[in-house]
Amino acid sequence: MSGYLESQLIILCLNVIFAYGIFLPAASGQLNLGAAGFITLGAYSSAWLNASMGGLGLPMFFSIPLAMLFCAFVAFVISFPILRTRGVYMVLATFAFAEVVSGFVINLDFLGGAAGMPVDDHANINVVLPVALGVVLFSFYFMATRLGLTFRSIHDDESVATLFGVNVRSAKVAAFTIGAALTSLGGALYGHHYNYIETQTFNVLLSIYILLYVLLGGTQTAWGPLVGAAFFTAIPELLRQVSKETGEQWIADTRFIFFGAIIVLMMVVRPEGLVTRTMVERLSRRDKGDPPAKTPAAGEVSS
Amino acid sequence: MASFIDSALTWIGSSKAGQCFADLDGKLDLLPQQTANGLMLGGVYVMVAVAFTLIIGMLNFLNFTVPALFMVGAVMMWASISGGFGSGADQVMAAIVGPGNQWILGIVVALVVVSLCSLVIERFTYRYMKARYGDATEHALPLVSSLGFLIIFEHVVITIWGSDSLTATSPFGNSSFYIASIQFSTPQVISLLVSLGFVFALSYMLRATRLGRALRSIAEKPDTAPLMGVEVGRIVPIVYVLAGLLCGIAGILFTLNYTTVDAYVGDTVATVAIAGMVIGGLGNVWGAVIGGLIVAMLQIYATHFCGAGVVKIPVWGLLLLILIFKPTGLFGHSAIGKGKF
Repeated sequence: MSGYLESQLIILCLNVIFAYGIFLPAASGQLNLGAAGFITLGAYSSAWLNASMGGLGLPMFFSIPLAMLFCAFVAFVISFPILRTRGVYMVLATFAFAEVVSGFVINLDFLGGAAGMPVDDHANINVVLPVALGVVLFSFYFMATRLGLTFRSIHDDESVATLFGVNVRSAKVAAFTIGAALTSLGGALYGHHYNYIETQTFNVLLSIYILLYVLLGGTQTAWGPLVGAAFFTAIPELLRQVSKETGEQWIADTRFIFFGAIIVLMMVVRPEGLVTRTMVERLSRRDKGDPPAKTPAAGEVSS
Repeated sequence: MASFIDSALTWIGSSKAGQCFADLDGKLDLLPQQTANGLMLGGVYVMVAVAFTLIIGMLNFLNFTVPALFMVGAVMMWASISGGFGSGADQVMAAIVGPGNQWILGIVVALVVVSLCSLVIERFTYRYMKARYGDATEHALPLVSSLGFLIIFEHVVITIWGSDSLTATSPFGNSSFYIASIQFSTPQVISLLVSLGFVFALSYMLRATRLGRALRSIAEKPDTAPLMGVEVGRIVPIVYVLAGLLCGIAGILFTLNYTTVDAYVGDTVATVAIAGMVIGGLGNVWGAVIGGLIVAMLQIYATHFCGAGVVKIPVWGLLLLILIFKPTGLFGHSAIGKGKF
């Protein structure tokens, strides 16, 4: 594989992991604009656990899971106050959390402060790609479990879910915590792949882009973040390639304007995201050619 | 673990937290001057926070095009006073108002451009707020569209003028005056007065005019307002243009005072202004004013006492605490921000 393709594939894998980390809360109706906070936590805690100088010197394969556990714990603790807020307040609270994390990390000298921190162990594509695939499979499996179904019900209508005996709060805490663990996994891999981290990389813009991947991909099915992240990682890159092939520099210069325009237009024509539940159901129906049966509706409810 | 505790202790003892109390007397002597600087910085935040709060109070969604419009206003002003539109346009402008006075036309250009942008944004965000299928994230639609617009505007500016800092020479020089040994920069004082004047006008408009009453009725019940004869389709663009004008003016004043702008200037200012808005209470114009001044003071004091590195912690920490313990902010109304984004 060429170096260029490999680097793009790594970026895609990281974006997919981040997107699933934000997707799980979004699938239960919470908008989390704090991706950068968990990425920072994951990247720095794994880097510190891994650092032989001034850290614990654990190998990467222990430091990353430990960092995930740590971030899951942090997310679990802060999810209770943060989940008291909803709607726009939750967007702002998660956003404020990310800023506070970055404000603290930049002032911790043993983490390198504003100068950034080198990371010892290197994770190449042989690590990142399988992990990303694992995250995708896990999320698909997860959304098919009972808890996943619970998330779906809260996403669609919280009050009705409560009426059906769903413990909304614990489901939301679970979504937030597992999502944070996945996001921090992405952050830890980011650090181990590039071997250098600084808080400025994990800024508001990153949180916004990740949330956009999820919302544009669609929050109804587990396909959404995969398609969203792939589509919106590939488009700017493809436009750059097109510009290189044709020698038209303006395409490369204006590609992000196209990108923004696609976002705006997509909200107009496809507000539920690229992949919706009806679309997946229609594509995956196996009884093609058979007359439309009337019973599947009942089967769907019991599954 | 030991190294962690060691570093934590070192951190508290020597470097960062200790810094805040070093040379305390000297810092306290400078406090009045820093307070004045904070007020001046607050003037910029106040207008942006009011723009945010206007949209969120009336239409109930967090409008991320506010930073874009602020940036557009600032960059238009920069382009007008530094010949950013090309030398031909610069000569024409100089011929109309006289060389050195392009800033007068800059105000006009910036406000016209910002108003037009606001109308385009309104066309593609608010009108599509009503999703066809109701679920928990449907209300994020205008939020996402406004983020799309933020990306578009920033990259239009980057395409035309590049992503480096754009520096202008202030047409007013460094004029300043002293009150009781505190230095005030004249343009900054004028800016603060202008922004407070606009907020006064806005709050009078909301309270006492026919338009203001229509706006408040939409804020209260968007479904009932049309039944009472309020033409929602005509009022909503006005809200957008008003918010856009506030951002535009803030951007103009920013360029005239700080003379350095870039395509991302809106993000930096607007994120702090959002914090100010929430601290003051969503949807409350005077809350946004107080909140904007509070965050400006926090920033200035934190920088003054503890250095620039810690500036994020007090502002965002306060925001987080306010959101958790009193989400309505200091003066907010509990009905705002529920349900929609």
